[in-house]
Formats: sequence, C-alpha cells, structure tokens
Amino acid sequence: MLNADEKQLIKHAWEKVLGHQEDFGAEALERMFTVYPQTKTYFPHFDLHHDSEQIRHHGKKVVTALGDAVRHMDNLSEALSELSNLHAYNLRVDPVNFKLLSHCFQVVLAVHLADEYTPQVHVAYDKFLAAVSAVLAEKYR
Amino acid sequence: VCLCSCLPLSRLLIVYPWTQRFFSSFGNLSSPTAIIGNPKVRAHGKKVLTSFGEAVKNLDNIKATYTKLSELHCDKLHVDPENFRLLGDILVIVLAAHFGREFTPACQAAWQKLVRVVAHALSYKYR
Repeated sequence: MLNADEKQLIKHAWEKVLGHQEDFGAEALERMFTVYPQTKTYFPHFDLHHDSEQIRHHGKKVVTALGDAVRHMDNLSEALSELSNLHAYNLRVDPVNFKLLSHCFQVVLAVHLADEYTPQVHVAYDKFLAAVSAVLAEKYR
Repeated sequence: VCLCSCLPLSRLLIVYPWTQRFFSSFGNLSSPTAIIGNPKVRAHGKKVLTSFGEAVKNLDNIKATYTKLSELHCDKLHVDPENFRLLGDILVIVLAAHFGREFTPACQAAWQKLVRVVAHALSYKYR
C-alpha cells in the first residue's frame, strides 16, 4: 500500500500534469494504441489517427479521472465507484489492459518529467496505478 | 547510447524490490541510495546493458545470441522469466526519461518489441 512519502511524491509530480491533462492523456492513449494494437479493439467507433479529437477528448477524461484518484488516495474505492461500475458492467475492458495503459502513462510521465521521474517517483506511480487498476476491476465478478 | 548503464538494473531493484532476491551477495540494497551507489549493482548493470547491446547488434539472430545466457538463467541462476519482462519495461521508461519527446510512440513500439523478443530469447532454453 502507499505510504505517506509515496503519496507526497505522487501529489508533487501531479502538479506537472495539471494544465496538460489533454496532452498527456492523448499521448498515453496514442502510445498504447501504437505499442499494443490489440487495445484498439475497444475503440472501433473512434477515429484513431494521430491527434484526433476523440483521442484528445478521451485522453483528457482518463487523466482527469486519475487526478480525482490522486486527490482521494485514501479512499479510492469510493472515489472511483462510478468508474468501477462502468468498467464492470458496460465497458468490460479486460483488466490486463489497465496494466498496458498504466505503463504507457508512466512512459509519458518519464518523457515529460525526465530526471524528475526518479526511481522513487516511479515506484510510487507504479503502485498508485496498480491500485487504481485494481479498483476499476473490483466489481468484475 | 550514452546512458549511465547501471540505471535500468538499479531502477528494477528499487521499483520491484522482490527482484533483489537474486542479488543477496551484492551487499547493501537497503535503500534507493544504497542501491544506486552499490558498486556491484553498477558493475552488473553495465554487464546486463552490454549484453543487451549484443541483441541490438544481432537483430536478425537474437535467439542464437542468447542461447547460452538462457541456459545460465534457467539452470544456474533460476530466474523467473517474468523478471525479464519487468526489466524490459524499466529499460523503456529509462529511455523515455533520457530521450524525452524523441522517444516517440513509434520508437517506443520498436523498443517494446525488442525487449519482448529479448525476454523471449532468454526464456527460450528453459525446461
């Protein structure tokens, strides 16, 4: 579980994300679609070209939700309850894909934070994204 | 690639601490600072990256390049191949942090393929 130091590191690094939710979100999705083409199967209705309006819009949605999670790290289940329902009953995205998007989001953080994406920040985000993924999948069965 | 070659290994040991189980003879791994400063980690990290360089030099023949190392990791070192995947993903993140925007999605895709192929080659001789 996340300790106090890790929560601090996560919140501090998140300040670099603020103002760039759409950019970072779109980039994470684009990386995921490029590196793991099988993930495109969940978006047959999307225009998946580089910088499409739909990708930007969806990317912003995803990163905004992550921002909510950052603000409620002490009760993720409650904070993400609606999203949890959505993923379990509507979207039914196979949970293996949460790991893929988490990895791509971390690559985005590394690209933009560079040296500031220290091993300590990296492990904090790895744990945080794993916790978010677990909550998103918790109502699957 | 002029990276500090020990970075991927030390980051692996910090981000996934259970990987330290293979390095009990390395001395002090008690904190990120200890890990990053540990001379054995640095030396071994360099060895690992140099070996990775062999894959880059032999892209058409990676399986053969890693035959002996695969046998070593299975028979002597007893490393779960999952660890190769973890290290591969760490390497990608280290590259991203180093190259920034130059590490485009297409670039990432190519490197993810390479690390996957290397991981596969290293686990190929497992039995």
